[in-house]
Amino acid sequence: MTATLLFYILGAIAVIATLLAITRKNPVHAVIYLVNSFFALALLFYLLGAPLLAAWELIIYAGAIMVLFLFIIMMLQLSPTSDTIGSGETRRQWIPVMLLTLALATCTLLLTALDPSGAEAVPRWYASPRDFGYALFKEYALAIEIVSFQLLFAAVGAFYIGRPERKKTEPGGAE
Amino acid sequence: MTEQLIMLGLILVKLLLVFGVILSMAAYLVLAERKILARMQLRYGPNRAGPGGMMQPMADLIKLLTKEDFVPAQADKWLFLLAPGLSALTALLTFAVIPFGPPLQIFGQTVPLVICDLNIGLLYFLGLSSLAVYGMALGGWASNSKYSLLGAIRGLSQLISYELAMGLSVVPVVMMARSFSLTEIVLAQQQIPFALLNPPAFLIFLISIVAESKRIPFDLPESENELVGGFHTEYSGMRFGLFFVGEYINMVILGSMLTVLFLGGWSGPWLPGVVWFIIKVLAICFFFIWVRGSMPRLRYDQLMNFGWKVLLPLALLNVLITGAVLLWIG
Repeated sequence: MTATLLFYILGAIAVIATLLAITRKNPVHAVIYLVNSFFALALLFYLLGAPLLAAWELIIYAGAIMVLFLFIIMMLQLSPTSDTIGSGETRRQWIPVMLLTLALATCTLLLTALDPSGAEAVPRWYASPRDFGYALFKEYALAIEIVSFQLLFAAVGAFYIGRPERKKTEPGGAE
Repeated sequence: MTEQLIMLGLILVKLLLVFGVILSMAAYLVLAERKILARMQLRYGPNRAGPGGMMQPMADLIKLLTKEDFVPAQADKWLFLLAPGLSALTALLTFAVIPFGPPLQIFGQTVPLVICDLNIGLLYFLGLSSLAVYGMALGGWASNSKYSLLGAIRGLSQLISYELAMGLSVVPVVMMARSFSLTEIVLAQQQIPFALLNPPAFLIFLISIVAESKRIPFDLPESENELVGGFHTEYSGMRFGLFFVGEYINMVILGSMLTVLFLGGWSGPWLPGVVWFIIKVLAICFFFIWVRGSMPRLRYDQLMNFGWKVLLPLALLNVLITGAVLLWIG
């Protein structure tokens, strides 16, 4: 009972914090809301019986990745009072978000309509760090490696797409 | 039901006790640091308030509480007000998983001397220590001042760099103890502390925690002679006090972690466990102060080079070698 209540509270916090993170104009505030949402997510993992995953969520996402985000934002030297980015947004930029949310809402609705009592849900189980590690690096090692390769592809792809335009060689140019 | 109530009561009592001990320890560490540094520099240090200056922390507290709480113009007010609390809070929360003594027998019940023995205790510590960055970074950014911002940026990059080495230097400990739980790590070193079994890991961890606590020789985030006060330049009154005390709480916490991970925690002959634990932590705190009294500050490129080119490869190599040796022994 308490677990269910906690689950819904944490879920609500995660959703609201993420929404706020998307809508803030000040990037530092957005980062803080996102960290909040990661916190709620980590606690959800803990509640569902995966403490190792919860710790990783905190260490990697809240502790490393968002700190890097913050670092970059601070290097850009935006002062706390200026709302610099996202000033020229249009309604069209909201379309992808709306579509995704709509899809998610439809799925949830279908799920609850088909199985209102939640009987088919995965039974609660507890994954000790040892079990979780074995599953991750022994049973599904190949799958994990493939997924991590995908991350590598994504990184290389991002570099390729984001590379600086090669300038036409101007006569006497410093390039 | 009564069992649960008793457990809840016990946890609350332990919380209050630990909270009080840590806060007073942090307050008196400030005095100890001033006294020891003074003696190292052939001065007397604070000796006016109370006998031998023993009431100095009280006097400081009253001074800080009665000072004006000032928020600079153009600052991000909420973040500015929140940041010091954040930095003290993350430091305090870490102590929840640190076992400071062997289980006690009270009225036929076994009371573990740790507030919450998480089976991922070590990861909890690593997670919170990586969150400790936020208080400093947000405080520095929200002040809207160049000095603060520079201090915060320096602090961010320093903490990120040395956290890697710190995390990796703990991996051999987990491999040797075969658990993330801090209690089990202490129990695994009843015979020989890990500091003797794996001295490289111990040294890397020691250097990294000095860097994590932002103290000399790694005190670039607040180097007084270039950045005024670094990330807490704009803070005054008790908010500055929170940053200040947070730093000393951090010192106690990191000292406790070093004790638990490498020095055998509460284990030791003759004396009761809690006393051994406190002795070890205080010895490490003394070491911190001693280092501050005798080392110059590193240059920024030296700091980064040392972290990434020396400590990190060493820590990785150490993980590899420890793994190989453990496999070989079986």
